[in-house]
Amino acid sequence: MSTEQPATAAIGDARPRIEGRLKVTGAARYAADEPAPDLAHGWVITATVARGRISAVDASAALGMPGVLGVLDHRNAPRLDPRAGNYFGPDGSLLLLQDDVVPYAGRPVVLVVAETPEQARAAAGAVVVTYEPYPHDVDFRLDHPAARPASTAFGPEADTGDIEAELAASAVVVDERYRTPEENCSAMEPHAATAWWQDGHLHAVDSNQGPFSVSQVLATLFGVDRDHVHIRAEHVGGGFGAKGPCGPQVILASMASRSFGRPVRVVLTREQVFLATALRPPTDQWLRIGADADGRLRAVHHRPAFALSPLAEYIEWCTEQARTLYAAPAIRTELTAVPLDILPPSPMRGPGATPGSFALESAMDEVAERLGLDPLDLRLRNQPAVGPVSGLPFSSRRSVACLREGARRFGWAGRDHRPRTRREGRLLIGTGLAATCFSAGVFPSTASITAEADGTFTVAVGATDIGTGARTALTAVAADTLGVGTERIRIRIADSDLGMAWGAGGSRGTTSWSFAITQAAAKLRERLGDPARPVTATVDTTALIDYQPATERHTFSAVFAEVSVDPATGEVRVRRMLGMFAVGRVINPLLARSQVVGGMIMGLSMALHEEGVRDPATGRQVNPDFAGYHIAAHADVPDIEAEFVPDYEPQDPLGLNGLGEIGTAGTAAAIANAVWHATGVRQRTLPIRLDRVLEAEGAEVRGAVGVA
Amino acid sequence: MREFSYRRASGVREALTLVAEHDDARYLGGGTNLVDLMKHGVETPGRLVDVRRLPLGGVRETPDGGLAIGATTTNSDAAAHPEVRRRYPALSQAVLAGASGQLRNMATVGGNLLQRTRCGYFADLSQPCNKRAPGSGCAAITGAHHNHAVLGWTGHCAATHPSDMAVPLAAFEAVVRYETLEGPGEIPLADFYLPVGDRPDLETALPPGALITEIVLPPVAAARRSRYRKVRERASYAFATVSVAVALDVHDGFVRDARIALGGVASRPWRARTAEEVLRDAPATPDRFRGAAEAELATADPLPGNAYKVTLARNLIEAVLTELAERDGR
Ligand SMILES: Cc1cc2nc3c(=O)[nH]c(=O)nc-3n(C[C@H](O)[C@H](O)[C@H](O)COP(=O)(O)OP(=O)(O)OC[C@H]3O[C@@H](n4cnc5c(N)ncnc54)[C@H](O)[C@@H]3O)c2cc1C
Ligand code: SF4
Repeated sequence: MSTEQPATAAIGDARPRIEGRLKVTGAARYAADEPAPDLAHGWVITATVARGRISAVDASAALGMPGVLGVLDHRNAPRLDPRAGNYFGPDGSLLLLQDDVVPYAGRPVVLVVAETPEQARAAAGAVVVTYEPYPHDVDFRLDHPAARPASTAFGPEADTGDIEAELAASAVVVDERYRTPEENCSAMEPHAATAWWQDGHLHAVDSNQGPFSVSQVLATLFGVDRDHVHIRAEHVGGGFGAKGPCGPQVILASMASRSFGRPVRVVLTREQVFLATALRPPTDQWLRIGADADGRLRAVHHRPAFALSPLAEYIEWCTEQARTLYAAPAIRTELTAVPLDILPPSPMRGPGATPGSFALESAMDEVAERLGLDPLDLRLRNQPAVGPVSGLPFSSRRSVACLREGARRFGWAGRDHRPRTRREGRLLIGTGLAATCFSAGVFPSTASITAEADGTFTVAVGATDIGTGARTALTAVAADTLGVGTERIRIRIADSDLGMAWGAGGSRGTTSWSFAITQAAAKLRERLGDPARPVTATVDTTALIDYQPATERHTFSAVFAEVSVDPATGEVRVRRMLGMFAVGRVINPLLARSQVVGGMIMGLSMALHEEGVRDPATGRQVNPDFAGYHIAAHADVPDIEAEFVPDYEPQDPLGLNGLGEIGTAGTAAAIANAVWHATGVRQRTLPIRLDRVLEAEGAEVRGAVGVA
Repeated sequence: MREFSYRRASGVREALTLVAEHDDARYLGGGTNLVDLMKHGVETPGRLVDVRRLPLGGVRETPDGGLAIGATTTNSDAAAHPEVRRRYPALSQAVLAGASGQLRNMATVGGNLLQRTRCGYFADLSQPCNKRAPGSGCAAITGAHHNHAVLGWTGHCAATHPSDMAVPLAAFEAVVRYETLEGPGEIPLADFYLPVGDRPDLETALPPGALITEIVLPPVAAARRSRYRKVRERASYAFATVSVAVALDVHDGFVRDARIALGGVASRPWRARTAEEVLRDAPATPDRFRGAAEAELATADPLPGNAYKVTLARNLIEAVLTELAERDGR
């Protein structure tokens, strides 16, 4: 079989998802569908104050209610090991029900466990939690007195050239603040887990983006060996980052199962998903860009602040674009963290890059405006030959190809670059563009491939498919690297027992898992001469990865948008959008397109709709559901064109780079720039709500209304 | 959610009795609002009396040339009815601008009138709210009130009424008919929703236990050329930020009749009588339209976070009047 060649290469072929039929017929089992004998159900109670102390938990009424097994709170819950953490170190947000401290509104403080979810819920309604509230601080801003330099765990800040001198020598200087609000991921499937203990081993079916890392965290929390923790996440109904960390659902279900000696399921409500999981922190970004009269940049100074919680370190890396996209003699970045009494943020699709590129690409548009230049030309004029800060070569840099090809398809040529020049009836029309990049790379993973006696191959890798089609893409990778058709591949994913693996995140999942599969396939091929079956090859790529490559590795994109603005009502509608992407080699164009189109829709939603609103008086989010937290509806989403420019990543054996997040970054700036082009007014705060447009319209409204 | 019993009534009298004999019973229409609020713990009825099987569905013509819409008619059926569309297009447009297809298929017009506010604090039991818990205070006035009222509110509550359907009903002077065990009654829509005063929990003039049976629309010639325009934070599936129902009858360049009502600005659909007065017999020009809108909004009193609604309401009234006048002119 080692000599057989596949009839067709699977990589590059548009194929539907392997599990598509299971999903549309309802046969796919999610974490809350897992049957378990003698299952009990937990219902979470979350804190209603933004900071304070739990002064009393009165569960007396609840304990007498039908079906109630017990109530866990900080006084009787199993102890957790505070050394548990995340990438950045210890993470206090994991330490649920350990003390009476309330660090943010929405923090789980009690778990009621009963025979049925209805009984647990009814009993939760009868538990009275009393708080001693302390003063809270949710007043986010760049100049907050507690603002401090952010962690540099992602690398040192950029500081090249003499910023002030270059700004002073510039013909134009844009010096502005850009703001983005809190955003919630809130995937379709709420966070859910079914957990049980057996012979000192913890088992859980959980909704997460990385079963292996979740098993590591749980092992530390509960003080058991990592390989005594078995986490599966076979089907996950969306994550967007919110299911990257070890979630409260699985921690609480594991605690309750330990306390009551039965399998326990915990499913968060939609409101709890908003209040207790994953937040894209708000940003307040100061940007200064100086340029010569001919549009050559002299200085880029980016000082973005983001909010975090004192419970855990976090980086919203808004500065990648400022140090990567454009050449300038002076570049300085100063990422700033502001600790507040909010839910600890975690990476939400396109973390950092999404708010960061909104600021940078809006500011670039303002430079073009002030110079009277075509925003496309301005970007083309400032392309760097090497990393503008690092001086390292780019492994592949197809930014110009994205811009030029996108402009051609969108029909950018002939655009009147002056604002407020296009009208259709009462509507103002405008177009805008933005370029962006997103860091790419590979992380360690393990893959095992077994050549079975029947000629099939079982491929096992601790990947997760959070709806992206990873399972399908990895099947194609395995087929091609083994040189067989996909029908001979059986893929197993989403199980911590399959060995160490990177999660679905950082746009590095498919790249990292594929790398492990290619290495395991190579090892297996060497042994296929041996007729013994089954034969298994396993590779852990930790030692094979070059962690300090001497190149800049990123994906690139250019997004174009056309909007209409009703000056009488402030309503902004996106009429069409086009994205050109350079993401390395595309494994499956069908799935890849879904990813970037979905990302662009998320970017549109960010530009116009999404906003977690916090009541300053209470510190609580007042819109923790989809009635209050608006995402783009179908009617908001126009025709979207998304295409890939030919690209190949030389550092990857298959030429891959990753595309999970680049679609989200870039879109908001393209839309904001189009709104400026339509109205002549800059919208530097997201979302571009109708009241903001209306306010900006001010005196112009009178002339605009009634023009038929 | 508390335990409750469910009964289905097959006759009006049975429904009235089932509600009267229980001290905590409520009618259940499509349940699209009531059941949601029960899940939040805001509504805690002990008995639900399902009225959807009552013989109260459908649209009939009244002798005077108006229409009567039965209380259990679904929102979808009301919007799609050919006579509703012909005689009161703004009403059909308003219903279709609300919620989603699935919800409109479930929701009844009786339930639509009685749906509760979308103020976020109203549904959050941990927060003070005079409408939910009288006397507890109003979290919105000092907190997040971007979507709250700019007209007719008091220091006790600044919530808006969320119904789109009720806005053209107000413009067309609909009458709500009901039954009680003591006999039938009716209330003009103008008097149906009570002023906020100091009891925002008391929302309508409907007697206790009354069952809405139908909504009667009088004939309104101008309504045949009426329009509903709803502005919201996204293109569909969102409640109105501000909406307007307008009927306009222009003859020889002069306004013969104008009907205007606003949604999203007050605790009830806001009939713009001042604007209508300014317009009567006035030349149908954009300046007059704007003047009328400004006159109506002269008493507007926005909160710190929602002044944009005044501008928006003014622009909307002017824009829709202008649009209708131009359409008539052709
Ligand atoms: C996601 C969502 C979006 C929505 N968007 C919109 C929107 O954009 N615009 C809009 O206008 N509405 C919107 N709605 C609200 C919707 O229109 C109402 O929920 C619906 O009209 C209520 O009708 P129902 O029959 O389901 O009422 P129910 O929920 O059954 O009842 C509501 C109330 O009316 C009472 N009741 C019902 N029938 C009678 C009767 N015959 N006599 C006396 N009392 C009665 C009930 O006791 C209850 O108090 C939305 C709702 C949802 C869930
Ligand atoms: S505005 Fe009305 S409904 Fe909202 S919190 Fe205040 S009293 Fe309650």
